[in-house]
Amino acid sequence: MKDEIPEEIKNDKEAILKEADKLLKDAGKRRLFGNILTLGGLSLATGVLIKNYGSIENILSAVSKFNDDAQLALFSQNDLAPTYSESEVLRPFRFNAFYPPSKAPVIDGGDFKLALSGKIANKTPWKLERLAALPQTEQITRHICVEGWSAIGRWGGVKFSTFLDAIEADKTCKYIGFKCADGYYESIDMKTALHPQTLLVLTHDGEVLPIKYGFPLKIRMPTKLGYKNAKHIVEIFATNIFPSGFWEERGYNWFGGS
Amino acid sequence: MGSNEELNDIHPLWLRIIHWANAFAIIVLILSGWRIYNATKFLGFKIPKEIVLGSDLAHALRYHFAAMWILLIASILYLLINLVFGRFPKQFGGISIKGIWQDFRAALSGKLPHDDISKYNMVQKLAYISAIFAIIIVIMSGLVLWKSVQFPILRTILGGYEAARYIHFGAMTFICAFIIIHVVMALSVPKTIKAMIWGR
Repeated sequence: MKDEIPEEIKNDKEAILKEADKLLKDAGKRRLFGNILTLGGLSLATGVLIKNYGSIENILSAVSKFNDDAQLALFSQNDLAPTYSESEVLRPFRFNAFYPPSKAPVIDGGDFKLALSGKIANKTPWKLERLAALPQTEQITRHICVEGWSAIGRWGGVKFSTFLDAIEADKTCKYIGFKCADGYYESIDMKTALHPQTLLVLTHDGEVLPIKYGFPLKIRMPTKLGYKNAKHIVEIFATNIFPSGFWEERGYNWFGGS
Repeated sequence: MGSNEELNDIHPLWLRIIHWANAFAIIVLILSGWRIYNATKFLGFKIPKEIVLGSDLAHALRYHFAAMWILLIASILYLLINLVFGRFPKQFGGISIKGIWQDFRAALSGKLPHDDISKYNMVQKLAYISAIFAIIIVIMSGLVLWKSVQFPILRTILGGYEAARYIHFGAMTFICAFIIIHVVMALSVPKTIKAMIWGR
């Protein structure tokens, strides 16, 4: 059989080639083809990205973790949160929790002992009187809530770094964790734990820490958002295993700096 | 596809990439920002939940703090490239109040020429310069809201932490107004859209 192309198809072929040639000579159309190819490549790349990361949600989680590192890198123990005068304090201070004030846990201060665990050399539980015997300090700082409000409050207690020294906590640990009487839990980076304004709070506005603001103990960090400032603390631990936190498990950023 | 052809582009490739990256980031930031605003509604009104991005506050914050990197990086690149190549005077130079007024009146009467879209008219120049400033302000106030302790000078310049919240919202509102006018104008002269996509 002879390999011969019938005349009408040959004509068609020429016509198609001619047409294609014309198209490719037209710079604008050539660009268009190139761009369509690029667009195809881009959508393919996006498809691969989404396939590898699973979904937009996974990408958002990865960026949130990256933001933890970015905030830690920006953080400096020399950067102090601004302090305010007593006349600027919000009275009464705003209550905030995942339950109404009436549901706040009631703890007997006389019986209370703060438990210590993890990488801490001296794990003897602390009574409130013993904490009150450590050097006390006070701060008037702005509590910044992730929900988009802020309020200036007055807190007093022990510099957290002083307390970590007293219990001989391993300061090479990455995290300090908190367990609370209301089921809340939180954790912070060691850099913030050692920040000069990080306070283990015993008093609010000059009085024993009221139930609604976190009796018996609260951690106060003007360098972090409100939800990081755990209340009703019953146990503190040092660890290298990421402990996360109550709101962090619900999608909020872990570093939570302000 | 010689380099000559590339040089003749109305908008160079780098600019087109930055434009669309920022357009994407700003839309994500605005829509998620509306959900973040709704958590406290400090101005008293609520933004309908049908038009916000993020199923809850945490979700909206994740979008916001992811898209912010795109806006930040693209905007820094935009400023750097323009400054290095001295492009700002070429694009936005010669602006005058008289010129703006003349071009504004011409635009209203539909007499503004669109033959050469590579040259901005005075109203365009004003709009784009304002948008650039609004983006700079929205980024600066955003940094103060995100990390106020780490940016004390910026916080002081903007009048404190709470003031930054209003400035951030105000700059967002300005950018929204810009986007609406910008999109309407671009749609009315479609070849400008083509130029921002394909370069010409």
